Amino acid sequence: MILSKLAARPVLLLFGLVAAFALPWLIYPPVAMDIACWALFAAALDLLLGFTGLLSFGHAAFWGGAAYAAGLIAVHWGVPFPVAVLGGALFAAVLAVPIGYLSVRLRGIYFAMVTLAFAQMVYFVVNQWRDLTGGENGLQGVPREFFGMDLSDPFFFYYAGLPFVLLGLFAVWRIVRSPFGRVLVSIRDNPARAQALGYPVERYKLLAFVLSAGLSGLAGGLYAISHGFASLHEVYWTTSGQAVMAVVLGGIGTLWGGAIGAALIVELNDYLATAGFTETGLVTGGIFVVIVLVFRRGVWGTARDLIAARAARRSPAAGTDSAAAQVEAPDRQEVTAR
Amino acid sequence: MDGPVLRAQGLVKEFRGFRAVDGVDLDVADGSVHALVGPNGAGKTTLFNLLTGFLKPSAGRIQLGDRNLTGRRPEQVARLGVARSFQITSLFAQLTPREHLQLALAGGSGITWRFWRSDRALDRFSVRAMELLDQVGLAAQAHIPAGTLAYGRKRALELALALALDPKVLLLDEPTAGMGVEDIDRTVDLVQKVRQGRTVVLVEHNMNVVSRLADQVTVLQNGRVLAEGPYDEIRDDPRVIAAYLGEAPADAGGGDAHVAN
Ligand SMILES: Nc1ncnc2c1ncn2[C@@H]1O[C@H](COP(=O)(O)OP(=O)(O)O)[C@@H](O)[C@H]1O
Ligand SMILES: [Mg+2]
Repeated sequence: MILSKLAARPVLLLFGLVAAFALPWLIYPPVAMDIACWALFAAALDLLLGFTGLLSFGHAAFWGGAAYAAGLIAVHWGVPFPVAVLGGALFAAVLAVPIGYLSVRLRGIYFAMVTLAFAQMVYFVVNQWRDLTGGENGLQGVPREFFGMDLSDPFFFYYAGLPFVLLGLFAVWRIVRSPFGRVLVSIRDNPARAQALGYPVERYKLLAFVLSAGLSGLAGGLYAISHGFASLHEVYWTTSGQAVMAVVLGGIGTLWGGAIGAALIVELNDYLATAGFTETGLVTGGIFVVIVLVFRRGVWGTARDLIAARAARRSPAAGTDSAAAQVEAPDRQEVTAR
Repeated sequence: MDGPVLRAQGLVKEFRGFRAVDGVDLDVADGSVHALVGPNGAGKTTLFNLLTGFLKPSAGRIQLGDRNLTGRRPEQVARLGVARSFQITSLFAQLTPREHLQLALAGGSGITWRFWRSDRALDRFSVRAMELLDQVGLAAQAHIPAGTLAYGRKRALELALALALDPKVLLLDEPTAGMGVEDIDRTVDLVQKVRQGRTVVLVEHNMNVVSRLADQVTVLQNGRVLAEGPYDEIRDDPRVIAAYLGEAPADAGGGDAHVAN
């Protein structure tokens, strides 16, 4: 069991990397880029939802805010696109400080409501500030400058943007498995106990919120650069909802599950749109309901549980080991109930 | 045993007009084991919540030595040297006992802010963590999720967590509730051992445990102090007997006397 677990990690990692690099060969490259961006967005949201126990319903503010910030930086300063993307991420992190400060002290549904309200305020500002953002028309003509190189082909741009996504995913993984991440999990499981151990729970939640927002911003900024424009849709509440949906589909608290959920949603949306289907929300919503009902722990969470259960059956002696596997696959019921 | 290390004056906690704690004065002598007893609903847990910052008093004052604790947040109270255990076992279901203690030990070090480091950085606390687990008889279960431990083992982990903070004052809310005789004896021995150099305040229904451990006993009823003194005096106090007879009898055998918080 230990051996198979040790072997499974690199195999899965390798599989993920191969998939990431092969993606634009398999599907339409702009869609591949969308999937990569949304995968990072979902993983960054899972940092909050799955590992801190906070359901943010306002992450469009950070994804979309960064999309506009990165777009504006690229339009007005003509800097290489990585600078614009990182600028967008920084903007999102800074924006998250006051929003997080005012919302992390709230619990459960109240936290979700307040983050949603803040995101709507951001939407309002972006919509009204036409001179800067282009209002309903969106921010057009965002360039992809990179030392004079021609990155207009989405196929090549995918490989230029992928490092940011991989870096972002690595960052989420690192945070989750850091001493800080351990405290986050303890706060998620039992905030009163964490306080009794001397941890200022709200400050930890705030830092988690800011990190999650910054990484969502990294994804959103890259998304805007890859599309060549930033649209109002990026700051609209349905974008927050879709991110939550991606995490739930993949499995809350599974980290990579969100990426899979994001891929499913983006691909499905694209498929339905090209098929001329207008009511995409109805179909994705229906599929969402079915998956949540059938796979209580999301696609990846359920798959992982099955693998763990099979491994445990094969080596019954490794009872404590399968128990340890459960540590990494916390019961979703419990977290979502908070 | 000198002056009070922990002192409450005129503490009141009102829940929508109902006074769960109603003007309690409490002096806990430095180095003593001080038991709080009283029927269910007397306000013992509420008093603990006030002392540790989990509830803000409606009135009154709390002091640790000459420091004012009133209105401090729970994490500040913990950092100042007052650690508590919870009446209802309160753990991190997904973490192992060793991980629990690593967290308890790492709290003051600043290392837990480092989101860019591997969580293996917490291994530096493993030796001390295992010592503490050994002390409460949990070493063998150090690596399984705490949620899967038996009830008595969870209580032991509660105790180890509070101890890990190396507190000046240790507040234990019904540490033996629901334990079998063997675990009760182990807990009593452990409290005897860890009281060296600290002060212990303990809510306890089991009078046998109280008689073995406590230097001083405070009896609460309806949020007020009914009587106070050494165990032998308290035991024969007619008011105390009446208070207990009016409620469920104080069992001496370690029965499960606790109700929901
Ligand atoms: N958060 C609360 N809100 C309202 N009433 C409470 C609250 N906490 C405790 N009480 C009430 O205060 C009284 C004292 O409770 P508690 O301190 O738990 O008693 P004990 O620990 O002595 O059994 C009880 O009547 C209880 O119902
Ligand atoms: Mg109680």
